[in-house]
Amino acid sequence: MSSTSGLADRRAHVPHTSMFLRMLMRAAVLRRGRAASALLAMVVAAAVVTAMLNLYVDVQAKLHKEFRNYGANVVVIAKDGQTLPADALQQTNSVLAGRGMAVPFAYVIARTNNGQSVVVSGTDFEQVRKLDNWWSVTAWPRSERDALVGARAAAVVSPQSQPFDLSFQGQTIHLNAAGRLSTGAAEDSRVYISLGDFERWTGLQASTIEVAVSGSPDEVNSGVQRLAQALPTAEVRPVRQIMEGEARVLGKTRATLLAAAALIILTSALCVLSTLMGWVFDRRRDFAIMKALGASERLIGGFFAAEAAALGAVGAIFGFGAGIGVAVWIGRVNFHAPVEPRFNVLPIVLLGSVAVALVSAAIPMSVLRRVQPATILRGE
Amino acid sequence: MFLRLVYESFRRQKRRKLLAGLAITLGVGAATAMIAVATDIGDKINRELRTYGANLVVTPQEDTLDLQIGGVDLKPPSDGTYLHEGDLPKIRGTFWHHNIVGFAPMLPVNVTVGRGGRDVTLLGTYFSKQLSFGKDDFLTGVRITHPWWRVQGAWPDDNSQDVLLGANLAAKLGNKPGDQIEIAGRPRRVSGTLSTGGAEDAQIVAPLSLAQQILGKPGAVRRLYVSAMTKPEDALARRDPKTMNPELFDRWYCSPYVQSIAFQLQEAIPHSHAEQIRQVAQNEGTVLARIKGLMLLVTLAALLASALAVSAAMATAIFERRQEVGLMKALGAGDLPVGALFFAEAALLALFGGVVGFAGGALLAQQIGRSIFGSRITVEPVLFPVILGIAVLVTFAGSALAIRRAVKFDPVYALRGEA
Repeated sequence: MSSTSGLADRRAHVPHTSMFLRMLMRAAVLRRGRAASALLAMVVAAAVVTAMLNLYVDVQAKLHKEFRNYGANVVVIAKDGQTLPADALQQTNSVLAGRGMAVPFAYVIARTNNGQSVVVSGTDFEQVRKLDNWWSVTAWPRSERDALVGARAAAVVSPQSQPFDLSFQGQTIHLNAAGRLSTGAAEDSRVYISLGDFERWTGLQASTIEVAVSGSPDEVNSGVQRLAQALPTAEVRPVRQIMEGEARVLGKTRATLLAAAALIILTSALCVLSTLMGWVFDRRRDFAIMKALGASERLIGGFFAAEAAALGAVGAIFGFGAGIGVAVWIGRVNFHAPVEPRFNVLPIVLLGSVAVALVSAAIPMSVLRRVQPATILRGE
Repeated sequence: MFLRLVYESFRRQKRRKLLAGLAITLGVGAATAMIAVATDIGDKINRELRTYGANLVVTPQEDTLDLQIGGVDLKPPSDGTYLHEGDLPKIRGTFWHHNIVGFAPMLPVNVTVGRGGRDVTLLGTYFSKQLSFGKDDFLTGVRITHPWWRVQGAWPDDNSQDVLLGANLAAKLGNKPGDQIEIAGRPRRVSGTLSTGGAEDAQIVAPLSLAQQILGKPGAVRRLYVSAMTKPEDALARRDPKTMNPELFDRWYCSPYVQSIAFQLQEAIPHSHAEQIRQVAQNEGTVLARIKGLMLLVTLAALLASALAVSAAMATAIFERRQEVGLMKALGAGDLPVGALFFAEAALLALFGGVVGFAGGALLAQQIGRSIFGSRITVEPVLFPVILGIAVLVTFAGSALAIRRAVKFDPVYALRGEA
């Protein structure tokens, strides 16, 4: 570009940054329609990507919560022939520090009036209700000496839901059959009473604590270790059935979601690419005029790049807002809990959008660079 | 003339057509893969949820109470009634036998172990037993219904007299896989140690025939665990079948609800009582519904993104051809033929991109199925015309606005290149 050296000399004395900005602004204002459609593509793509990334990060926490409905994932039991220390429940609760739930259980075999054996368990009804919400119960016990009678145990102790007596080592307790319990498992053969009643009647304390530790498998494992340290005389063991099932289902769901996110991100990037490429191609006349007026290729390149980058950034910011909205909506519709907006996704979306915009500007630019301005201006 | 115009347009403007066609192909491919995955995910996750083990338990109708605390069975051995082992293969004859992934019978027996005379529960079961019903041969046992059980050493053969020792019991007795151990007065070989994280860790697990032999009751089974793929519970599922009219009952009977499968198990096995294990059965419905809902919404997002990509590409392709439109109009073409030309081109592109995209999407879905779930995801053939229809529709919708604007544009300005 030797012919433009005089021009460049002159221009060096004039602050042309303001011109650069003015051209950017005018380009956006004069070609509103085209700029708006390119921006729209950018916004929608960024929104969809933001929503997917938010969901991908958040879905694990949401599903972990669903999986806690399966009940305890860790059990604390007394070692052979011992009982749990008296403060075992407090110890467990202090280790959990609100990140989970612990429910004590005590068991004995009692005899009914006609000499049949039945397993009686003492527990904390308020907590059991939260931990084991698959228990199908007709009415939860409210007052002292109310019992929850398992569906199969009921046939033995209280077929008509009448009050009944149970005896253990010579001590007899009189109980009201407050409700029926049905689970399809061992609980059906038991009678549940409150831990207070149980202790007064048998003099025994809880021998098992069922614990639901919330969080990821790593958090659960560290919870198991901390519990084992806090309660050296007890046996702390994870419930493998629950842990493995959860890990498997969650892993597969996340993998599927990742594949879906990759597909969607690819499609969105393509959408932006084709729109922006068309937009830049459409402006080959501007390109030719600028070149004919003596602008250097670097300046023109910078101009188009700045335009694309500005479009990408603005689109990403609006899209981020919209995408958060979509993620929150999906969270509310599907999980009945809002998805927390993750602002650490913003830089990723922003950088990705600007990068895609720059690539979409660079491809047509490299084609146009090889073309003589005259050819373009003649409209060929 | 019309056909020649379309043909020449494809021949001469390869770059533009390639870009638009690529957008359509990718969009359709993504949409096909996502729809295929979303329609199949319920079935796939349902299979994964079977990791939680049995969701149904069958017991004898006149059973006495279980006296189980912490996995130790305190019930006197002679107590109670039993199911008959010979009835078990009939499960394969029930209406929903395809949904039944596996079953495992259990027979706990109290035995004394070693010379010290320690009392331990021995649990007889199937590990991976070959059974047949009619012409149908199948394998079933705890290796299918209890996939979280881990064995160090080897699983015993179902027809042998070998046993598994629970990990805690093995540690207490100081036995290793391959040792001989005296159980109920006779030496048996320990083929491995079993770790389950449950009550079995303190028990001996043996082939069912060995437990029956020790108990002296051939063919006896105390409990039967069944693992079945079920449909999430709804209002119909919870209704009592006795109160239904015949039509409603048929619908209930022919839906794979956990309740109706329990009903059918009771029909198949005489004198039995089948019940859902609520911890497993109730929760899998919720988890399944959540994951299916999530994938549905994600698929919607994918469809939106593909539709947008296709229409953006089409709009760009048409907008670039204003001069062509101007020329045609200057030569006297009406709005209608010009519009028809563009729509014909769009339809051709959509059909071509749709076919290639559908094939690519089906392949992608298969790949996803194989790499994530280790099984095939089948793409319903019905999907093909639907996808193709949607592709044409979206392409038209994407082009419509651009075509309208191109046609409305004054030919003089267009030819002078003033946009």
